[in-house]
Amino acid sequence: MAGLAAAFGSGAMTNTIADIEEAEVILITGSNTTENHPVISSFVKRAVKFRGARLILADPRRIKIAAFAHKWLRQNLGTDVAWINGMMHVIIKEDLHDKTFVEERTEGFEELKAMVEKFTPEYVEEITGIPAQDIVDAARMYASAEKASILYCMGITQHITGTDNVKSLANLAMLCGNMGIRGGGVNPLRGQNNVQGACDMGGLPNVYTAYQPVNNPDNVAKMEKAWGVTGMSDKVGLKVTDMIPKAHGGELKSLYIIGENPLVSDPDLNHAEASIKNLDFLVVQDIFMTETAQLADVVLPSACFAEKDGTFSNTERRVQQIRKAVEPPGEAWDDWKITCEIAKRMGYTMDYADSEAIFREITEVTPSYAGLSYDRIDVEGLHWPCPTPDHPGTPILHSTQFPKGKGTFHAIDFIPPAERADDDYPMYLTTGRVLYQYHTGTMTRKTDGLNERAPGSFVEISPQDADKFDIEDGATVTVASRRGEIQAQVQISDKAVTGTVFIPFHYAEAAANKLTNAALDPVSGIPEYKVCAVRVSKAA
Amino acid sequence: MDPENTLTINGNILPFSPGETILDVAREHDIDIPTLCHLKDATPTGECRICVVEVEGARSLLTACTAPAGNGMVVYTESHKVVESRKMLLKLLLASGNHNCAARGSDDRDWTRFQLDVHADDSSPELCPTWGDCRLQDLAYRYQVTGEQFPRTDVPYPMETVNPFIVRDFSRCIKCGRCIQACCDVQVNNAISFGYRGADAKVVAAGDRPLKDSDCVFCGECVQACPVAALVEKDVRYHVRPWETKKVRTTCSYCGVGCQLYLHVKDGRVVKVTGVEDVAPNYGSLCVKGRFGFNFIASPDRLTTPLIKENGEFREASWDEALDKVAENFTRIKNDHGPDAFGVLTSARISNEENYIAQKFTRAVLKTNSVDHCARL
Repeated sequence: MAGLAAAFGSGAMTNTIADIEEAEVILITGSNTTENHPVISSFVKRAVKFRGARLILADPRRIKIAAFAHKWLRQNLGTDVAWINGMMHVIIKEDLHDKTFVEERTEGFEELKAMVEKFTPEYVEEITGIPAQDIVDAARMYASAEKASILYCMGITQHITGTDNVKSLANLAMLCGNMGIRGGGVNPLRGQNNVQGACDMGGLPNVYTAYQPVNNPDNVAKMEKAWGVTGMSDKVGLKVTDMIPKAHGGELKSLYIIGENPLVSDPDLNHAEASIKNLDFLVVQDIFMTETAQLADVVLPSACFAEKDGTFSNTERRVQQIRKAVEPPGEAWDDWKITCEIAKRMGYTMDYADSEAIFREITEVTPSYAGLSYDRIDVEGLHWPCPTPDHPGTPILHSTQFPKGKGTFHAIDFIPPAERADDDYPMYLTTGRVLYQYHTGTMTRKTDGLNERAPGSFVEISPQDADKFDIEDGATVTVASRRGEIQAQVQISDKAVTGTVFIPFHYAEAAANKLTNAALDPVSGIPEYKVCAVRVSKAA
Repeated sequence: MDPENTLTINGNILPFSPGETILDVAREHDIDIPTLCHLKDATPTGECRICVVEVEGARSLLTACTAPAGNGMVVYTESHKVVESRKMLLKLLLASGNHNCAARGSDDRDWTRFQLDVHADDSSPELCPTWGDCRLQDLAYRYQVTGEQFPRTDVPYPMETVNPFIVRDFSRCIKCGRCIQACCDVQVNNAISFGYRGADAKVVAAGDRPLKDSDCVFCGECVQACPVAALVEKDVRYHVRPWETKKVRTTCSYCGVGCQLYLHVKDGRVVKVTGVEDVAPNYGSLCVKGRFGFNFIASPDRLTTPLIKENGEFREASWDEALDKVAENFTRIKNDHGPDAFGVLTSARISNEENYIAQKFTRAVLKTNSVDHCARL
């Protein structure tokens, strides 16, 4: 999100899901859309099958959506800046960019132009492995559209250059004037039901709700007044990826973890586990006894989505209701009630009749949610920003201007991934999800049918690599990186690209994140889950 | 009213836009024309012919789902000819396969014998699994017909039960093609199509293999589209009847699409999930996780009571005891080490209200901004 915020002044999907069907060209990169966002993938597939849209896919793996692509770019892992710069090189050289848009709505074009000058298709081929002509074709295809939509996901952000990757996509969209129009935009697909809402609500160390910076004294004063407290911090807090090392070093004494399972989802798990064990006091609030909860001093049982009222904000910024359908098991409580009770015992009253009362308070301190109410979103949710009760919501962002005024082009050079394959670790590993499981599996692995379809971890490897390392389909192999090793069954598959194996991260018993590299993007703090060097060998 | 674009349905003069079908115009004006094969937003096929209407001057009855509205057309949706045609169609449909909903009638055999045959055929209990929730049965009731007039044609294909989610009962299929449109036109998974010809026609996957060995991704769009009992959720079949459940509309808790869905609740448990049609963002579509991955809600592994760890082992505790312990330790650490000793991980899984409360607690009570969640992970 940091990348989009830098380019436009606001980080979120710029267009709606339904808008995808309006696009003439769709560029998907770093998103295994059919498995991770199956319903969104249908919008893409319908656009291609029935509306004549052309699809450009940039992804190393032969994922299912590749069958719908008119142009498939199979880049080397971690080389996204290079192929995007390459496309822009071609677009500028062939004078295909939207000069009016660039002139009126953006700044920094000359710097961008100078930077992409050296990214000739031939140079890009050297870095990315994508044939030069394919770069040219893809550039012409994207630039030829009146309206082209970019969809991306964690395959773009989970790199040390994640922020650069996102800025590059923003560059491309602005260069061709694809912002603020139906069927256009730069659209990050959010992987979790309320990740957008968690960000909107200020579940981030640098901002309050609606991205109001915490290091602005006016904002601090405003929130202190609203909340009736004094002495709040105006320092940016720690990111999750900073908390873990601080816990390891002993500076961080206590973690209060709500509905997260970092002991499966964090990178370099062995280190993360040692860090969490080093805490003085750990509280975990969850619906299951997760791997993380097992390490807690106190575990607090909470209600799941079917057992409570509230709102979620989806990937297209649409705020929608959830409604209680069944009673929570045993003595489990709503998460908000648990937190409020702790606050009360620490001398601060947080007293709400129900979730709607909390929502009313949210609208008072959150400009982009100010016009929302449960009544207004009863039948169909509304897109923020929605500043007043009579505002219809904002399906498409940036239609007349960007929040920061002009959109900024960022001239970005290519930086290789943090870890390269070498003699000891000759293969690359990339991680992701499969259709039938979800995140750390605590929910999906409770449904037998889903387990029947996707029973356990696997190592997806190309037939060529299987030959090279003399590995048979179904064999158990050891996959080792500099940080740890796991065992899993081999799946020989033409989905895999030669030189790279894929392992899903859902399975705690063969956790892919024991292998992954905790090297971080310097701005967003996102770990480089999508590239690390590994060695694959037959299990002893 | 633009005189260029009007037609008359059952005596009412109605405007229309060019490109609309007779069915579109009728539905806009709350005139009920029954359909079986018609699937909204997919190309109409006219497959089932139940939507026939009489148009003055036309040589035969027209299918309302495919016939474009024409200027000056005079349409009757329930004329004698139309009703007779629909009755005949329904009788034929009821006579093909196992439509043992009593409306099917008993042929020349006694009812007990008929039910025993049905039982032997598909190893199902006596009545159809969607009895009372079937569009074919609805129409049989509406037009007061049974299948007795024609001998029953048997369906040679056995039921498919070898996947964990969907039972395919070909003996109850009316070959309307809605499932194929749901799969190929709406979800575009292109997993199923019509196979074989004539009376042997069958909806097939991957050259007539089980769904589990095809491109099927078990999104269940076909189940939601099936008007009869040919496609039913495995766990629902014979366990859940619509009038025993209440539907609660909510938002899916898996990925960030925010699909609108109904939780079907029976005896305090979620027993089935369906997509909410006609509203954004998903317009009725779901994926396998959203539709079938709800067992975690009532899982016996759910945490049900606060737990406190003592000597490396968890023991159950009351809320008061657990909350006091948390508050005491947080206060102790805050006093001894200051606000920077805390981190709070809120969650991309919980509600906006709960995230708001978590960050407010972190900032207003712990007095630090070290609150984050796994957006990056």
